[in-house]
Amino acid sequence: MKFLSRINEKLRIIPTLVLTVLAIMWLTPTIGLLVTSFRPVDDARTSGWWEVFFNPKVANFTLDSYKAVFDEQGLGSSIIATFAIAIPATVLPILVAAFAAYGFTFLQFRGRESWFGVIIGLMVVPQQVALIPVLQMFIWIGDNLGIPLLGQYPAAWIVHAAFAMPLAIYILRNYMMTLPAALIEAARIDGASHFQIFWRLIIPMSVPALASFAIFQFLWVWNDFLIAFLFVGTEHPVLTTTLLSMLDLYGGGWQNVAAGSFISMAVPLLVFFSLQRYFVRGLTSGSVK
Amino acid sequence: MEEILQTLFTVVVGIAATILFYWVINWLSSRLPQRFQEKALPWVFIGPVLILIASFVVYPSVQTVVLSFMDAWSENWIGLDNYVGLFTSPDFYRMLLNNLLWIAIVPIVVVTFGLLIAQFSNMVGPKREKIYKSVIFMPMAISFVSAATIWSFTYSYQPPGSAQIGLLNSIVSFFGAEPQPWLSITDFKLNSLLLMVIVIWLNAGFSMVLLSAAIKSVPEETIEAARVDGASSATVFFRVILPQIRASAVAVFITVLIGVMKVFDIVYALTKGESDTNVLGMAFIKEYFQYNDTGKASAIVVILMVLIIPIMIYQVRTYKKAEELR
Repeated sequence: MKFLSRINEKLRIIPTLVLTVLAIMWLTPTIGLLVTSFRPVDDARTSGWWEVFFNPKVANFTLDSYKAVFDEQGLGSSIIATFAIAIPATVLPILVAAFAAYGFTFLQFRGRESWFGVIIGLMVVPQQVALIPVLQMFIWIGDNLGIPLLGQYPAAWIVHAAFAMPLAIYILRNYMMTLPAALIEAARIDGASHFQIFWRLIIPMSVPALASFAIFQFLWVWNDFLIAFLFVGTEHPVLTTTLLSMLDLYGGGWQNVAAGSFISMAVPLLVFFSLQRYFVRGLTSGSVK
Repeated sequence: MEEILQTLFTVVVGIAATILFYWVINWLSSRLPQRFQEKALPWVFIGPVLILIASFVVYPSVQTVVLSFMDAWSENWIGLDNYVGLFTSPDFYRMLLNNLLWIAIVPIVVVTFGLLIAQFSNMVGPKREKIYKSVIFMPMAISFVSAATIWSFTYSYQPPGSAQIGLLNSIVSFFGAEPQPWLSITDFKLNSLLLMVIVIWLNAGFSMVLLSAAIKSVPEETIEAARVDGASSATVFFRVILPQIRASAVAVFITVLIGVMKVFDIVYALTKGESDTNVLGMAFIKEYFQYNDTGKASAIVVILMVLIIPIMIYQVRTYKKAEELR
């Protein structure tokens, strides 16, 4: 056994080496972005970002580009718009899906399995398939019912919620099935309604699953471009929309694009690293099918 | 400040309205006579979801099929013209080829990277494992648009003579070669491959996490037994571990596969589908927004959907099988 473990010790060199190379490859582009965002315009235009490490002449750092993206590109409004879409588009689907998951787990009704099968099948439908008719529907509602949905936040909430539904229901139902059914029976006997059981028992007990889906959905919506661009568009440009127009026009140079990009990454990275454990748990529970 | 308050107001009202809605339908159902109550209750819980999915996923998808048989302005029926137009254009086949390449390359590479990283990080001890995993996983939190900016720095091209600020061209120049406009090079689909690199970079972490969880759940005895019999690390991995995590590897493969079939953001952000990098997801947006052709745009997504249907069937079947085992 000692002999085996010694070989094992030695073998750790190869994995470590390979992983180090991969980690460097994975990190380098992002480090380039970070370094560039702190460089003055002229430096960013005339020398590669890596030269700050070798050439002290171009190793100047400034916060100018961060100021510029807020003052000139309106990044502040974009941050607000992104939150305004991401928060309800995370909370609402969770609420709606939790109700449905409860129904699919604890209530008896005809065709329960078939309905659920349909929902599983819908998990893979790409958003693009539905976008044009939904756009037309929102335009129709605006013209005929006088409710201007297109260009407003609720339009994006609805579309995000609808497309999040299948996966959310699937994850939450899988979790709720692990909860002790006897507990619900006992509460029923004590005279609690399903509505009460849902709010008082199931929701508090499902927090881990709710949290992991919430993180997943928040990151997804925060990083989304397509839906925000189509349904909210230029009225309230979100971070991805603003960033993309900066990238297309090289708005103010590389260093500004880099700063904007880094700002848009800050929130998801923060969420991600502080709640990594929940996120990973959610991923493993959702996809091991 | 006003902007923030206004936004906050919209958000609070939106969430409150949803909660109120459930409260009201529950109250209504509790007013029903006892006999109907039992029957109505499930629909209080799942009804809203079914309506939401029916109106914003199912109905629009069917409507898209209908629109694909109509002209650019959705006014006249033109039968199969949109499809005929697509299938007789060489551009369409070039685009399909690109989609096929994405499908053939990205999922398998992502799974392979995921396996490699998961297995290796399992061998280097918990401390280093955590660091490596965090680094590889980090891009998961980044948007496609941010990823596109990050990588456009790397692929950036300046005419020969001026300073190369892109990393790739600077490396190439260092070895004495001419700097290249990477994203315009169509030889061997190089530009499409470079776009795929970005998606692989984004997804490897996802693959690693799932496969690492799967590898850790492989019973230790099976590995020990093989070791005692004198199997090498490689043999243990390929003969003992891999067969036991097959289901997870397939799940990752399918998830990434669906993702790349509808790939759009990366292409849109970096090439807009020019220089022969077009894919279905990109062509759809272009037809709809640039050429205002609703019919053709719909036909393109119908084709995309048809390609996805086999996966859908597979998904439902797998679920049914798992359900029977419960």
